Amino acid sequence: MVNITINGKAVQVPEKTTILKAAQSAGINLPTLCHWEGINEIGACRVCVVEVEGYDKLFTACNNTVDEGMVIYTNSKKARIARRNNVELILSQHNTDCPTCVRSGNCSLQKVSNELNIREISFEKDVPIAKLDKTFPFTRDDSKCIKCMRCVQVCDNMQNTHVWDVINTGSRTTVGFSSGDCLDHTDCAICGQCVKHCPVGALRERDDTDRLFECIEDPEKIVVMQIAPSIRTAWGEPFGLDDETASMKRLCAAFKEMGVDYVFDTDFAADLTIMEEANEFVHKLTHPEEAAKFPMFTSCCPAWIRHCKAFHPDFVDQLSTSKSPQQMFGPIAKTYYANILGVDPKNIVCVSVMPCIAKKKEAEIPVLNDACGEPDVDFSITTREVSRMIKAANINPAGLEEIELDMPLGIATGAGHIFGATGGVMEAALRTAYNVVTGENADPDAFKEVRGQEEWRELSLDINGTTLKIAVAHTLGAADRLLDALRKGEADYHFVEVMACPGGCVNGGGQPIVNGYSKQKERADILYKIDRNDKLRFSHENPSIIAVYRDFLGEPLSELAEKLLHTDHHAWKMYNEK
Amino acid sequence: MSRLTLTTKDQAQETIEVLYKDLERRIEASQPGLCPVDLAEAFVHMCHSQSCGKCTPCRVGLGQLESLINDVLDGKASMNTLDTIEHTAESIFYTADCAIGSEAARMVLKGIKGFRDEYESHVNEGRCGGSHHRAIPCISMCPAHVDVPGYISLIHEGRYEDAVNLIRKDNPFPAACGLICEHPCESDCRRTMVDDPINIRGLKRYAVEHEGDIKTPAIMDSTGKKVAIVGGGPGGLSAAYYLAIMGHDVTVYEQRKQLGGMLRYGIPTYRLPSEVLDKEINGILSTGIKTKMNVSIGNDISLADLLSENDAVFVSIGAHTDKKIGIDGEDADGVTSAVEMLRAIGDKEKVDYTGQDVVVVGGGNVSMDVARSAVRLGAKSVKVVYRRRISDMTALEEEIYGAIADGCEIIELNAPVRIEKDADGKVSSLVVQPQIIGAIKNGRASVKAADTPEVEIKCDKVIVAIGQGIDSSKLEESGVHITRGHIDALDTSGVEGVDGLFAGGDCVTGPATVIKAIAAGKVAAANIDEYLGYNHIIDAGIELPRIRFSDHEPCARVNMREISPSERVKSFELMEIGMTDEEACQESARCLHCDHFGYGSFRGGRREKW
Repeated sequence: MVNITINGKAVQVPEKTTILKAAQSAGINLPTLCHWEGINEIGACRVCVVEVEGYDKLFTACNNTVDEGMVIYTNSKKARIARRNNVELILSQHNTDCPTCVRSGNCSLQKVSNELNIREISFEKDVPIAKLDKTFPFTRDDSKCIKCMRCVQVCDNMQNTHVWDVINTGSRTTVGFSSGDCLDHTDCAICGQCVKHCPVGALRERDDTDRLFECIEDPEKIVVMQIAPSIRTAWGEPFGLDDETASMKRLCAAFKEMGVDYVFDTDFAADLTIMEEANEFVHKLTHPEEAAKFPMFTSCCPAWIRHCKAFHPDFVDQLSTSKSPQQMFGPIAKTYYANILGVDPKNIVCVSVMPCIAKKKEAEIPVLNDACGEPDVDFSITTREVSRMIKAANINPAGLEEIELDMPLGIATGAGHIFGATGGVMEAALRTAYNVVTGENADPDAFKEVRGQEEWRELSLDINGTTLKIAVAHTLGAADRLLDALRKGEADYHFVEVMACPGGCVNGGGQPIVNGYSKQKERADILYKIDRNDKLRFSHENPSIIAVYRDFLGEPLSELAEKLLHTDHHAWKMYNEK
Repeated sequence: MSRLTLTTKDQAQETIEVLYKDLERRIEASQPGLCPVDLAEAFVHMCHSQSCGKCTPCRVGLGQLESLINDVLDGKASMNTLDTIEHTAESIFYTADCAIGSEAARMVLKGIKGFRDEYESHVNEGRCGGSHHRAIPCISMCPAHVDVPGYISLIHEGRYEDAVNLIRKDNPFPAACGLICEHPCESDCRRTMVDDPINIRGLKRYAVEHEGDIKTPAIMDSTGKKVAIVGGGPGGLSAAYYLAIMGHDVTVYEQRKQLGGMLRYGIPTYRLPSEVLDKEINGILSTGIKTKMNVSIGNDISLADLLSENDAVFVSIGAHTDKKIGIDGEDADGVTSAVEMLRAIGDKEKVDYTGQDVVVVGGGNVSMDVARSAVRLGAKSVKVVYRRRISDMTALEEEIYGAIADGCEIIELNAPVRIEKDADGKVSSLVVQPQIIGAIKNGRASVKAADTPEVEIKCDKVIVAIGQGIDSSKLEESGVHITRGHIDALDTSGVEGVDGLFAGGDCVTGPATVIKAIAAGKVAAANIDEYLGYNHIIDAGIELPRIRFSDHEPCARVNMREISPSERVKSFELMEIGMTDEEACQESARCLHCDHFGYGSFRGGRREKW
C-alpha cells in the first residue's frame, strides 16, 4: 500500500493504482473524456490532468500511478485552468449542434463541458466537414470526432479487425479506414463496438425509426415486430426503469401505443433456431459417413459470420447453415403467420428490434428472401432507436399497463431467452441436443458451466457415452485466437459458439450506451433470472414450436425447414471476399 | 556625431537565435513516418518568414505555394494543382533575387519529385499514404528493437541484472554493444528536443559492468531439431543463442580459431577487450550451443551436407575479404589490408610496427581502427590518406578526432596514385595526387585532381582500408543465389529456392553494423523456429518499475570519457572509461519515457515478448 494526499485528504491505496482510481476511492470526482479502463488509457484528451507537488508539469490521472508520499491536487488553479482550456480546444473543433445530436444527453463531452461550466469558447471554431454515409448501418461523423482513439483501440485490440486507423499526422491527424474508401469496402463486421465506445456522436447507427413510423402509418401495411432476447435487459435503461418494470409486456404496450399491429418475441425464433441447429449438429455427429468437419460453429451472430467470411474463409463451411433467429422469424411470419392471418405476405412488414447494428445489414442480405421473394425481414432497429421512438411518440413507458405479446409467435422458453448472453446459444442447444440423443431431458441447469465472462471457455461433457468437446468465445479477437488454435491443432472441439460482442448480444453494438462501463454481466443476469423463473426451459417444449412443426414445417431439417430456415453462407460476398 | 557604430544584438535577436538552435535539435530528432507533404508545407511557411519581402517571387510566390500545398492537404486539390505547384516553384527558383526564395522553391521541387506519390495520395485518397507507427524512437531505430526505455528505468532503480536480461531478450551481446554499438537508438532520441540525446550506449555499458555473473537463461524442452549455424560472429551467435533457448540442437561452424567474427577480428581490443568478448560468448555458449572450430564451409564440409544433416541452416559468414585499391605497386611487400592486420591482432599473433612509418588508405571507421592500432603497435608515424575532406569521412567524428589525439595525422584531399617499391620489392612510398573538392553529386562532395603535382609520402607500410567483401563463391556453387556479391535473402532471412536455408548479417547486407547482424540473427531464430513448426516465445518476464515523473528541465548529457592519449597509446587496454554511479543515475533520469508519454502509450511499439 502507498500513502498519498489528495486535495489535503490522506488516502491509502495499493501500489500501481492510477491517480484517477485513487481519487475516486477518496470520493473525489475527476472528469475524464478519452479514458475507458482496460481499453483506452492513453492520456489523449488531457482533461483529467492534476497537479503533483514538486512538479511544474501537470500529469494525467487516468494513466499515471501513485507513488509513496505523493501530494496531489485535482482542483488547483493550474489544473482547473488547464483542464478547462483543453476542453475548450476540443470544443473548438467539435460540431456543437447538440440539440440534433443523437448523443445529446448521453455525451461525455457535453457532460464534461457542462460540469466545468464552460459557457463560451475562447477559440475560433474550426470544425471539419463531415461526409456522412447514410446507406451503411452506421456512420462516422468527422465533425464530431474528438480523436479519443477508443474506436481504433476497440477494433484493434478487442475485435482484431483493424477497420479504423489513425491517418495523417500533425494538425490533420484523424481517424480513418485502414484501407478502403467507405465502410462497406472494409472488412468491418459491424459489431458496433466502436459505436458503443464512442464518447460523443461521431459514430452512430443509421436511424431507421422514420421508416418504421411510415410503415405503421401506412394502412395497407401490417407491421409485425419481433423483439430480440437482449432488448428486455436494457430497453428501460434510458428511462431509468428497473428490469421488472421494463418488461417485454410493457415494451409490447409501448409498440401497440405507437400503432404496431403485432408484437412477437424473437425468442420464439431462437427456440426454432435451436430445433434446427441442435438437430443439424446431432445429424453431423451421427452420420460420420457424410464426413462433416468439426467443430460446427453457431451462426446466429451476423458480425461473426461477416468476420469469418472476411478473415477465415477456410472455416465458412463449418458454420451452421441454420439462419439466425431474426432470419428464421421473418420467413415464418411471412408464410405460416401470413396463412393464419389470411393475408398476402407482401403486405406484411417484418421489423426486428435488435441489440445489434450488424442485424441491419443481415436483413439486407439479398438471398434472405425465402418466404415470398421480398426480404424476409424488412429492416431492423436497435434498442437505442426504440428508446428514441418511445420518446418521440411522447410515451411514458412507466405509466403503461402491460400487454401480453401476440400469439402464436409470442411465446418462448428460457432456452430462447438466454440467447442474448455469451454461452446462451450453446446452453440452449445442449438442452435440446441432449434430448434428441437420449430421448429425455437433462436438468435444465445441467450445462450452466458454459456461462461466464472469460473470453474463451470450454467444456467437455458426456452424452450417452459420447464425449462432446464444446467451446464458447466472445469478442472477435477471442474467436481469432480460438481459430488459430484449431488450425495449429492446439484445440479440438465438436461445437463452438461465437459472439462478436463482449458478453454476447446483451452488450451488443445497438444496446443503450453507458460511458466507460460495459453492463454485460448485469444484463446477462436478467436473462438467466427470466430463464430460471420460466416454466418452459427447453426449446423443444415450446408449444408454438411444437405447433409450427406439426402444422407447417413437418420436422427439423425437413425440406421446407431447409428452404425457409437454412442458408448458404457462400451465396453472398463481403466486398473483399474472393 | 559618431561616424560608425558597432552592431550589437538586441534581446529579441538573442532569443531567436536560441530558438533556431531549439529548432535545429528538433529537426535532428524528427522521426520517420510523418506526413512529408505536411512537413513540406511547414518548411515553405518557415522559409517565407525569412523573406526580406523585396522581390515578388519570394514575397508572394512562397505564400501561394504554401496555400497550394494546403489545398492538397485539405483534399481540395486535383492533379492539376500538383502541376501548378511544380511550375510555380520552378518560376520562383528561376526568378527569385536571392537564395532565400530560390532555395525555398528548390525544397518544394525536391519534395514534389521525391515524394510525388504522397502528394498524389492526398489528392486521390484524401490522406497521406504512410502510417505513423513508430511510437518510441529508440526502440524503432534499434535494428534489434531492444527495449531501451525499459532497461533505462531498471538501471535507474539499480536493477542491473534485470536491465541486462531485458536487453538479452532482444540482443545477446549487451557487453559488446555497450562498448562498440553505433547506437542508432540515440539518433532520433526525443530528449534531443530538450537538450541532447540520452547516452544509451554508455548506460548499457554501465548496466553490464554492474550485472555480476551471467546466468544461463532457462532452456525450453528439447525439440530434437538440429540447426547448423555457419559463422560464429554476432549474427550467427545471436541466432544460435535464441534457437538454443528454444530447445533446438544448435551447432556453430566457424572457420577461424576463435568465435566472435568481426567483434574479434575487426574491432581492436582497446575498444572491445578480448576478456569482455570471451565472457559474453561463454555466456551465450552456456545455453548448450555446440561449436566446430576451424571448419570452412565449401572446403571442409559442403553446404549440401549441412542441409541434409540438419533441419535448418543459417548462414552468417560476414564480409571478411578485403577490397583492393587497384593501383600500381599494390603487390609490394609491406602492403597489407585492414582485414589481415586486424585478424592477426585478434588471434594475438605478434605484430610489431616499432619504428615504422605507416600510411593508412581510407576514411571509414576501419581506417581509424587500423591507424590507432598501428600507433599502439609502436609505429613511428601514422598517416591516414583520404581523397575527400575530413568532414566527408564516413568514420564517426569521435573516432577521427580520437585518432588525431592518438597521434595519427590525417592527410585529406589526396588520392593514392601508386605505391613505390625499393629494390627488394618493399614499399618505399605512397604517391598521392592532391585533389580539389567540388560539385555535390547525390548529396556527396566529389573531388577532382588539383592542378598541383603528385606528392610522395615515404613509408614502410601501407594498410588498405577501403572496404570489405564477401567470399560467396562456394555458396554460389551450392546453388545459393548471389546478387552483387551478397547472398540474396529475404527480410525474413529465408533464402528462396533452398528449403531450410536462412542467411543474414554482413553476408546479406554487405559490411554493416554489429547490431544489424544481431537483429538478423534474432529474426532468423524466430523464423527458423516457425519453419521447424514451433512458436517458442522469448520473454524476459521482467516487470518494469513505475514510470517516474519529471519536469525534464534541460540537463546536459553525460559523455563517455577516455584515458588520456599519452597513456592509452601505450597498450591495447580499453580506453573508454565507464560512467560513475552518480553519472548513470543522472543520465538514466533524463529518459523522457516515450514508451509511456506520447504516442507510446497508444501504440506502444514495445514488444514484451517475441
